[in-house]
Amino acid sequence: MAGPLPIGDPAPADGKLAPSVKIGSETRTLHAYVHIPFCKVRCGYCDFNTYTASELEGAKQSDYADILISEINFSRSVLESSGIPSRKLSTVFFGGGTPTQLPAADLVRILQSLKTSFEFEVNAEVTTEANPDTVEYEYLLELKAGGFNRISFGMQSAIPEVLATLERTHNPQNLPVVVAAAKAAGLKTSVDLIYGAPAETIQQWQASLEAAIALEPDHISAYSLIVEEGTKLARQIKSGELPEPDEDLQADKYELADELLKNAGFVWYEVSNWAKQVDGSESINSSAHNISYWNSQDWWGYGPGAHSHVGGTRWWNVKHPTTYAAKLASKVSPAAGRETLSDKTRLEERILLEIRVSKGLPIELAKLVNHEAANLIAGFIADGLVDPRAAIGGVLKLTLKGRLLADSLVRQLLSD
Amino acid sequence: MDIERERGITIKSQAVRMPWESDGKTYALNMIDTPGHVDFTYEVSRSLAACEGAVLLVDAAQGIEAQTLANLYLAMENDLQIIPVLNKIDLPAAQPEKYAEELANLIGGNPEDCLRVSGKTGIGVDELLDKIVATVPHPIGDPNAPARAMIFDSVYDSYRGVITYVRMIDGNLSPREKIQMMSTRAVHELLEIGVSSPEPEPTKGLGVGEVGYLITGVKDVRQSKVGDTITNQGKPATEALKGYKEPLPMVYSGIYPIDGSDYPVLREALDKLKLSDAALVYEPETSVALGFGFRCGFLGLLHLEIITERLEREFGLDLIATAPSVVYEVTMDDGKEITVTNPSEFPGGKIKQVLEPMVKATILLPKDYTGTVMELCQTRRGTMIDMQYLGEDRVQLRYTLPLAEIVFDFFDQLKSKTAGYASLDYEETGLEKGDLVKVDLLLQGEQVDAFSAIVHKDKAYAYGVMITGKLRELIPRQQFEVPIQAAIGARIIARESIRAMRKDVLAKCYGGDISRKRKLLEKQKEGKKRMKMVGRVEVPQEAFIAALSSDSEKKGEKKGK
Repeated sequence: MAGPLPIGDPAPADGKLAPSVKIGSETRTLHAYVHIPFCKVRCGYCDFNTYTASELEGAKQSDYADILISEINFSRSVLESSGIPSRKLSTVFFGGGTPTQLPAADLVRILQSLKTSFEFEVNAEVTTEANPDTVEYEYLLELKAGGFNRISFGMQSAIPEVLATLERTHNPQNLPVVVAAAKAAGLKTSVDLIYGAPAETIQQWQASLEAAIALEPDHISAYSLIVEEGTKLARQIKSGELPEPDEDLQADKYELADELLKNAGFVWYEVSNWAKQVDGSESINSSAHNISYWNSQDWWGYGPGAHSHVGGTRWWNVKHPTTYAAKLASKVSPAAGRETLSDKTRLEERILLEIRVSKGLPIELAKLVNHEAANLIAGFIADGLVDPRAAIGGVLKLTLKGRLLADSLVRQLLSD
Repeated sequence: MDIERERGITIKSQAVRMPWESDGKTYALNMIDTPGHVDFTYEVSRSLAACEGAVLLVDAAQGIEAQTLANLYLAMENDLQIIPVLNKIDLPAAQPEKYAEELANLIGGNPEDCLRVSGKTGIGVDELLDKIVATVPHPIGDPNAPARAMIFDSVYDSYRGVITYVRMIDGNLSPREKIQMMSTRAVHELLEIGVSSPEPEPTKGLGVGEVGYLITGVKDVRQSKVGDTITNQGKPATEALKGYKEPLPMVYSGIYPIDGSDYPVLREALDKLKLSDAALVYEPETSVALGFGFRCGFLGLLHLEIITERLEREFGLDLIATAPSVVYEVTMDDGKEITVTNPSEFPGGKIKQVLEPMVKATILLPKDYTGTVMELCQTRRGTMIDMQYLGEDRVQLRYTLPLAEIVFDFFDQLKSKTAGYASLDYEETGLEKGDLVKVDLLLQGEQVDAFSAIVHKDKAYAYGVMITGKLRELIPRQQFEVPIQAAIGARIIARESIRAMRKDVLAKCYGGDISRKRKLLEKQKEGKKRMKMVGRVEVPQEAFIAALSSDSEKKGEKKGK
């Protein structure tokens, strides 16, 4: 939910979807994203739609669960009236902000509402993000009992200086405690790391990776820091107070992450994501929810600023919690805008998303948008960016070097 | 022209006629304001040929400039009566005593003979006009002879067609007469004839000694050639007046529109400027790096600068000009001769000799900078002719220099090394054999024509290092390593490489990021269209432009490598 909202078409007040969204819905799964826009403090690099308690007037944290539940009810009636056959939810993901700023009971109540409205698939993945400082064992137990089965901790770094640059307030020493507590509570675990904060050395990054691996989570995400316009971090870099991140060093750090994680038994499956093998199985503990984004499934995003996608229509809610609450209170769709994707655009999205995952992109898709695709891909192979064997088999799979240049490859594939 | 006002210089000559009463008699003074700069010497010389006397105006705050000497020399060559005048004496920085001394040293006579005026306040102007009346001889000519009028300028006006400025030598011309160009024998009808005072004012005709303008309805200035003689078709003169030397382009440069779709606009603009500037020559040219444009010939650097500025300003074009080049005469071993105006056309194979244009440069400067300037001339392959003191603290240096060495940033260097005090003038002195080679620039093995240069053998390496280094800074990294080489024929003399780009991927691409990501890609796709492909290497047009602009090596935004 980063950055400003896109520019799209106006969204109708009743939220009604075009009949075309039905097409192929039986082959798509349904997912829910729940946005909790609260944080204790705002981090310097963050451009997400979050609010500290002091920033919010009119949409109190204590009322927030009820407001969200009203959107859940609204969503059920929109999907029903659009004629899409009802589907159970495959995954639910609570993100933020800091979902764990809310009492566990609130999160559980929201989850229950989703379950009542849509029902869950067997083994549905239910994740919440968490700040290592805001959860305790009892809290985690309550989540588990309420239906959550996965938790993702925003660790970011093990190095206090790096956390300070990022303005993260949590204590890195809390991580072993909370991860252990989550495991004891019966939750699958994931930790997020950020590399490339200004002035972070490669040794510091290695220490963070090793610390994350030592936690033995089921899943690790490692993101290179993106300096988003309008953030405090961007201003600090512009003014010269902090150095600009060095893209070569970022690449070194990515390669280091891949190597250390591989050695520790993590399997790479998307540009920034690695997962441990499930014991006694071929499958890995990847995030089923995130995979649904990359496979262009249907999902409803609840909460202010949340984005949704159903059958080629994307929409996004108004950003401010107060406006969001007011719209729902007057039984109006909280969507700020929407876009209906053409077949060509949907195809282009598939290319830009599927190239990022280990499963790869069917080359036939690339050929549909670019008749020079074969020549381009031959060039990618020559430059060591694409796995030649998979390409011969009809699938474009990025090599380690290629993953770091995924956007450049997409631009070439999409230019006609 | 706006450009003249802004720069405080004269580019086109201006003729004016004014009445002046002196000793109770009324005189008609015909005057021509000429440019001073060396690039426009041809304008000056033909104006001088139309006159009997010259007012040598020297800025009382700046003193004599190198070009003053050049124009003074021309005036003396034409046997003109010279009236030295110090202008702008109202300026606080004016030093009329000092410069009067200098002027007197130069042309002889007493410093007191130097008039002091201020065009701004009018001080001394009456005395000057009286002095003109007193000292400049009356025009001599035969009023009864067949008409002979010398064309000293011809400009294009979009409403009236070509306006031709003439000085009547013999006889007279009247409206509605049929006139004939003596060189082409072309006949036109005189639609209007008159004087500038300073607005055009139709008259009943022009007589001996008068300066004025003619309009015939002709649309192309080439039909009314400067230097030609006009006569009356009914009663033609037999002998034409001595004409002027046709100016030849000295400096060539490729001019390209930054937006390729502006090419037709550029062509039209050049056609229009050509109407009033016969010295401008051009022909279509294509470049790997820059697309479609024109190879243009100019009289000098200022001429180049002014034409490009006029094209940009008057026609709303965004342009890029390649580094200026001079004209080389190449003789091959087999005796074949080739004239090279574009370095990329410099022939390969066995070359017997290359001739390059030389100039005699005159530099005036405060004496403290003598050493620095001599060093500069030395590094530009200069040979000193002599050195003279013009006063106590001013020095005149004369050098023979290859023109190629001064067309590229010599003047800027000269100014910056002398705190702006030095002035330069030069005249061509013919061709000389040079030890010259062509340096090509190769991007991943592909030649980029816009950066080929003809340089002296001893400077090839430095040029190679400079240009490869500059492009390394300017070309963005690609997904593979890109070698940048400078080569003389097949021999590589300098090499840089752009390391492969290693990271270009958005770390997070989840639900809400997708729309944004797609829109970003669409925008980047648009940007890709403005890329030039050199082999597999994608180069933003801006990179070529920055590499061609001479100041980019100084500061400019450097991209992190």
